Amino acid sequence: MINWKVILNIAKTHLLTKIKQTAIAALGVTFGIGSYITLVSFMTGLNKMLDDLILNQTPHVHIYNEIEPSKKQPIAFYEEFKNSFNVVHSIKPKQSQKKIHNALPIIDYLEKNEHVRGALPQIKTQIFYIAGSIEIGGNLTGIDIMQEVEFFNFKDYVVKGTPEALKNTNNGILLGSGIAEKMSLGIGDRVQISTISGEIFPLKIVGLYQSGIADLDNIQSFANIKTVQRILGEAENYITDINVKLHTIEDALPLAQKIEQQFQLKAIDINTANAQFETGSNIRNLITYAVSITLLIVAGFGIYNILNMLIYEKMNDIAILKATGFSGKDVQLIFMSQAVIIGIVGGILGLILGFILSSVIDNVPFETEALPLIKTYPINFDFFYYMVGISFAMVSTFFAGYLPSQKAKKIDPVDIIRSQ
Amino acid sequence: MKTVLEARNINKYFKKPVLFHVLKNISFKVRQGEFVSIMGKSGCGKSTLLYILSTMDTDYEGQLFLNEELVTGENREKLSHIRNKYIGFVFQFHYLLSEFSVLENVMLPAKKLGEKSPSQIEEAAMEKLRILGIEHIAQKRASRISGGEKQRVAIARALINDPVIIMGDEPTGNLDSYNAENVFNIFKDLSDNQGLSLLVVTHDKDFADKTDRIIEMGDGEIIG
Repeated sequence: MINWKVILNIAKTHLLTKIKQTAIAALGVTFGIGSYITLVSFMTGLNKMLDDLILNQTPHVHIYNEIEPSKKQPIAFYEEFKNSFNVVHSIKPKQSQKKIHNALPIIDYLEKNEHVRGALPQIKTQIFYIAGSIEIGGNLTGIDIMQEVEFFNFKDYVVKGTPEALKNTNNGILLGSGIAEKMSLGIGDRVQISTISGEIFPLKIVGLYQSGIADLDNIQSFANIKTVQRILGEAENYITDINVKLHTIEDALPLAQKIEQQFQLKAIDINTANAQFETGSNIRNLITYAVSITLLIVAGFGIYNILNMLIYEKMNDIAILKATGFSGKDVQLIFMSQAVIIGIVGGILGLILGFILSSVIDNVPFETEALPLIKTYPINFDFFYYMVGISFAMVSTFFAGYLPSQKAKKIDPVDIIRSQ
Repeated sequence: MKTVLEARNINKYFKKPVLFHVLKNISFKVRQGEFVSIMGKSGCGKSTLLYILSTMDTDYEGQLFLNEELVTGENREKLSHIRNKYIGFVFQFHYLLSEFSVLENVMLPAKKLGEKSPSQIEEAAMEKLRILGIEHIAQKRASRISGGEKQRVAIARALINDPVIIMGDEPTGNLDSYNAENVFNIFKDLSDNQGLSLLVVTHDKDFADKTDRIIEMGDGEIIG
């Protein structure tokens, strides 16, 4: 029979009369948990920001027509050469068009798929920006601007002007910030662009685009799909790319494979396109956890030490408790509950400390040319990490308390009383 | 009269540093209401015997009966319960929990036993303190009271669960003659008026002479 009220009362008295030691032990946990929370919030916030930087702009499945040589060269179709060793020189890409055949029905079909949040048409084309006698090469992409805003956070990358302005302006263009700087252009100015075939169009600048990736900002601009179709002199069904956003990223690979098979198009899923990115995130997470666990283990040793000392100091108390009828288990529970109380109190304070520190970091200005939408250091306030923190505090203090309390359990009262 | 405590052929060896036969065939009985003292020179094994009788030391040969029931070989949980309920202890050094108040010290074994409600326990504890004439220090911290008072608190704590026997290991050894006299009178009163058995190890010849029976020990044997 375990009388918890008595045990907790004794534990409480021990802790309160040794308030300094208790506070030091709890502070060890507090700092351990506090720095874990701060570190993990900051690191995952940073990870998430870097991920978003790439992944938000990257479609989950990107569908386009790849210009490539036929996988099966004509000679492979001849029965007579089936068992021969054939050498083909100067293989050329297969003659094909850039546009996706039947693009609009494919978009309709994709949007009916329950895994798909949205399928967005795009037209990618090479152009030249004309500044006097100088021609600067670049890319112009025709987009459905409001859908891009909805599915790919496009608004975050429009640093001047608004996406709505593009939608409402017939011959509008969102100019890359790099190119705008080079040509000293701003909102309201006109920029002349020339297609590969040489036709020149004036477009009105309604906004500036900045992705944070300088190489991209130096060449990339956006216009409405219809504008690009008109510039290229193509029909309304001329679409070169389809970007698909899914509800869950895991569906990307199967869908990409299915599309490749069904429509004989190239479909790249996000994981294949950004495999190296995932690796970077994983390693950063690994480092975060390694450092945090080290901190918590150090805190655990602090508790172990202090409880050990406490038990030496309380030898007489332990002897008397045992002599008056407390069992070894009762004595063990007294010290275990002290450890766990230290863990809970220190852990909760640690969560608060971590929250305060990460809030402070969250408000520290962090402005960089490369990341237009980041104004302060990124912090991830995920509740999950707070749960992990408090659980770890309790588990580590449990083990830190277990060994000393096991010793207290085994103390023979006769030895103590005799030695007086 | 009922036998409260009985030792049958108890033998005890110390194995370290060398094998040493401390207790040799100890057999005796303590009856209800009897006030027994154990005397002997230092090192004759009387304290060792007391720890065996108190069930704290289980490393012995022979049999020990409490309330005519065999307690030898019981598990530690059971022995803890037996100490809690049936045996009260008074030591030479008073062994109070110094961080707790006097009242809490007295109440602790009863709280552990858990047979009464907290208010009943407090009442009983105050009653014991009153019998011993120290109810005025109930709220003081145990570390802040005098030696004589501490020993009386220890007696009150020993009495709280209404045990069948009280064991003392030199309970007056650390007290001046006035307080020693006082403690003896308390023991005598408990024995005579409340039918409590007492078994006290002592060096003090005067103290022993006033008890009902003296067990004289020498070299691990009962010699008288």
